Amino acid sequence: MLFKYEVEGGNFSKAGFASGEIKKILKQINIDAKIIRRVVVALYEGEVNVVAHAVRGTVVADIDDKQIYIRIEDEGPGIKDIALAMKEGYSTASEKVREMGFGAGMGLANIKKNADWLNLSSKVGEGTVLEMKTFF
Amino acid sequence: MSAEKQYHALKVNETLCYGCTHCMNLCPTGAIRIYDGKASIRREWCVDCGECMRACPVSAFYVEQDDFDKIFDFKYRVALLPAVMTGQFHSNVSESEIFSVMREIGFTHVFQTEHTVDVVNDRIVEEQMKNTVKPLISSYCPAVVRLIQVRFPSLVDHIVPVKPPIDASALFFRKKFSDMGIPDDEIGIFYVTPCPAKIAAVKSPVGEEKSSVNGVINMDFLYNKVLLGIRARAGKTAEPADAMPNLSAKSILWNLTNGEAPYMRGRCLAIDEIHNVIDFLEKIENDEITNVDFLELRSCDESCAGGVLVVGNRFLTAERLHKRANLSSDIHGMPEDLKPYSDYLKKKLSIHPVEPRSMLALDEDRGKAVQKMLQVRKMMCYLPGIDCGACGAPNCQSLAKDIVKREAQLSNCVFIQRMMEKNKKLHGDHAIRIIEKVWGKDRLNKDCTKPGAKNEGM
Repeated sequence: MLFKYEVEGGNFSKAGFASGEIKKILKQINIDAKIIRRVVVALYEGEVNVVAHAVRGTVVADIDDKQIYIRIEDEGPGIKDIALAMKEGYSTASEKVREMGFGAGMGLANIKKNADWLNLSSKVGEGTVLEMKTFF
Repeated sequence: MSAEKQYHALKVNETLCYGCTHCMNLCPTGAIRIYDGKASIRREWCVDCGECMRACPVSAFYVEQDDFDKIFDFKYRVALLPAVMTGQFHSNVSESEIFSVMREIGFTHVFQTEHTVDVVNDRIVEEQMKNTVKPLISSYCPAVVRLIQVRFPSLVDHIVPVKPPIDASALFFRKKFSDMGIPDDEIGIFYVTPCPAKIAAVKSPVGEEKSSVNGVINMDFLYNKVLLGIRARAGKTAEPADAMPNLSAKSILWNLTNGEAPYMRGRCLAIDEIHNVIDFLEKIENDEITNVDFLELRSCDESCAGGVLVVGNRFLTAERLHKRANLSSDIHGMPEDLKPYSDYLKKKLSIHPVEPRSMLALDEDRGKAVQKMLQVRKMMCYLPGIDCGACGAPNCQSLAKDIVKREAQLSNCVFIQRMMEKNKKLHGDHAIRIIEKVWGKDRLNKDCTKPGAKNEGM
């Protein structure tokens, strides 16, 4: 099953919409609550990344009875050094974003911790594609 | 406890229910459907919050209560009274007058539910110290506990495994009586309830085998009885009542919003009204809100003062309780008679972990659930998305899920019917029969006695 959601850069009030919708779907197909939590946490962090850094993005989720595959694609500044970005505590978030309680540099590390498989690719000045899988 | 065995206090009076959609649209768990012109509650989805009762324009919902005469089965007839009971009365009616009238109508003893609040408080703080789960969620409101079971099964571990004051007080007074040599079967403890959820909690408790409470009396019923008693003795000198122990301000305010939160450890929040509670639990479940240590969640606006069986206006009730609390501002700590029992009681307050009983899964089998989800999504291509409720389900999504579970048909949708008629797939007479199945026979005939019509009530 394919699901698609738009994410608006800069609009923090809407961050969490896609993860909320995905949560509802996973509950309906009787996925274990702990797994749902991991998926939702990873996706929420991914959404916040798009909102905090990019102009706009899309979330596509493909769900079957074995796994969920999520692809978050954005138009934005891209990531210069992916290895560095994956480190806990490293952040390029602006002061404004930090004041709102985001941008502590835990996002990508947290996603990695909560997803079973992760792939991150980025072109500086164009955007970032984050793919992740969680197995049920 | 299995869903079939769940007791629910909320019932529909089928004579009064005329089949509208108010309750169905407001039910926070989507538990109501209309069949044959009457509202029906899906027992396993209902959390006894009472929103349907509040929404009903013709008072067709009622709360089943124990027969009042049941109290006379016992030699010692104890009324367990929550503070909101006294808050309903005009401020010129004194508490001792209320308690003394209650004795006149048959109770031998009147005790206050909040008598044991300090022991419950200590036990919850103990749990906070040893439990690593954050935030811990209060077990005070039974509608919230049930809501978490059915809608937020991943959060059941967050519920504090400690009995609320109603059970603590019932246990305490029972023990105190038995220490005085009174046989257990002569003690009848009756809780005066502000809401249906507390009744359900007594009849089918979550996390304990049997409640110490023998029966439940609806607060609106007792309010009327007490008020009549007060009126009848107007002008006469009131019979002096036994002095009730004065509760601390903390105990008096425990059943109002922010009653518990100020006394727990760390960062504590208090949230009332069931939709607010749902919004907040969604965020907790998504890990959007972290670093909160304790949540006081109450299903009703203004907590128990807003209970559906409370007669008085909830804001005035809360105001009177605050005034009463101000008079007790110099009383601190637990009542003297409770002190020798506090260790005994602390040991008795644990409950078993609360079991989840999710109502959201389309099928137990994941593969089948995915298939059903696909069917629901396909069905939604045809349903109009107007969420009008004319099919007897609260919205198009609910109808689609009911169809997939073979509990409804696509032709229940009035818009689908029009399309089928247009395409000559459905005869007009047949369409009317389908509508009558949901909304009752002859429902579409002219009827000038319905609410709002020219001969209403005649």
